[in-house]
Amino acid sequence: MKSAKYEKRFDGRDWEELRPMNAKVGIIPRADGSAMFQIGKTTAYAAVYGPRDLHPKFMQNPRTGILRCDYNMLPFSGHGERVRPGGSRRSKEINLVMQNALLPVLDLTDFPNTVVDIFVDLPQTDAGTRCAAITAASMALADAGLSMKGLVSAVAVGKVGDKIVVDLNYDEEAFEGGAADIPVAVIPSTGEITLLQLDGEVSKEDLMKALEYAKRAANKIHELQKKALKEKYHE
Amino acid sequence: MNEQKQHLLRALAKGVRYDGRALTEFRPLKVELDISRSAEGSTRVLLGETDLFVGVKLGIETPYPDTPEDGNFMVNAELRPMSNPEFEVGPPGNQAIELARVVDRGIREAHAIDTAKLCIKKGEKVWSVMVDVCTVNDDGNLLDASGIGAIIAIKNTFFPKLKEDNTVDYEEKTKNKLPLQKEPIPITVYKVGSYFIVDPLPVEEKLSDARLTAAITEEGIVCALQKGGESQLTTDDISKMLDISIDKAQEIRKKLKL
Repeated sequence: MKSAKYEKRFDGRDWEELRPMNAKVGIIPRADGSAMFQIGKTTAYAAVYGPRDLHPKFMQNPRTGILRCDYNMLPFSGHGERVRPGGSRRSKEINLVMQNALLPVLDLTDFPNTVVDIFVDLPQTDAGTRCAAITAASMALADAGLSMKGLVSAVAVGKVGDKIVVDLNYDEEAFEGGAADIPVAVIPSTGEITLLQLDGEVSKEDLMKALEYAKRAANKIHELQKKALKEKYHE
Repeated sequence: MNEQKQHLLRALAKGVRYDGRALTEFRPLKVELDISRSAEGSTRVLLGETDLFVGVKLGIETPYPDTPEDGNFMVNAELRPMSNPEFEVGPPGNQAIELARVVDRGIREAHAIDTAKLCIKKGEKVWSVMVDVCTVNDDGNLLDASGIGAIIAIKNTFFPKLKEDNTVDYEEKTKNKLPLQKEPIPITVYKVGSYFIVDPLPVEEKLSDARLTAAITEEGIVCALQKGGESQLTTDDISKMLDISIDKAQEIRKKLKL
């Protein structure tokens, strides 16, 4: 496996540096919980509704409430042409991995037969969308007052050319010398991983190193998430 | 008549709304520009706690056979489940389609966009203007908020670069704005009992008998109408409602410095 030299990041960041971030909780008054998370030019709005009645009935689980995620890129949020509204194969898969990324911190056993819905809409994107969606969703779940054993913080790490980097943007994902994109979701309070995907080629050694980078980056995101939650509940 | 409706009517008789406003008073209106780097034009509209995004994407399409020299224009509305517990995931329902079409007609029928200037090659290639309204929080009056957002987003839309082979380079925006001739604003007046109100909260929308949306140009000309709701209107009602629409449209135009 040969990889081209990547001398300096396109936007001038350090290898482990995240793009500028912004987080806000409680931005959608009609929802039971909500949050906004922005990293660079990727913006995710998340709203939580529930626990509420679940239909069709056969989906109900008498032991616990279930979690349902809906990830959605708004029609004007993609690179290039307009994105046709409605689910794609990609967004359906993201719904599933988001659910799995968030479930480990959530306890819905007090709400059997119900559903907690999370809707995430992205008005603009510059890579790292599923990670931004998970980060926003986990704040929205906390804002909804659901019992959680921790927040989930997510970030894409990866290999661009010969360098391991944190928080790839679109230009880096498209690097001609080869790029591996590794979205990772972490429970910062335990260091456990709840989402792991990879597109590209990477050695096991580099992967383990990238995961360490991801954990460190997740801790920084975690600090911002906590700060945003405290800001709302401080008064 | 149910209790809730009687309660609302008693309040309106005293000239007050549930949130303390006068009958024909709008909530504070706030507009942010350029909320999406990937759109050619975009805005976020906050009307009280009603919150929505409007994004404009430009693309290249073949023109319709009956208008070979005109660009294409369409408004689509996504009533996102995020914004209201009653909105569901899936294809647009009747409410979303009506909303999109009412906003569309207001802009189309005023000839707000000079579609003749969107022609690239007659009969083969024209610019298409796709306006998407996406709701974030529905606290009532999505119709007017969408229409106001649409015209502001269109007004702040810049063409992307057209490459030599007549394809689009979306990474490069030009300084050329979409050619806008008029700036219609839709105002919806609701009839509740014998009272007329504007900018309703969701509960007022639900309890209203009928509504009339009128898109109004800067000259005070009516360029599109939509009567909604299950009850009938008299011509006298319509006359009064239009007076309010024309008046409010100019008030909002001033506020927005359009």
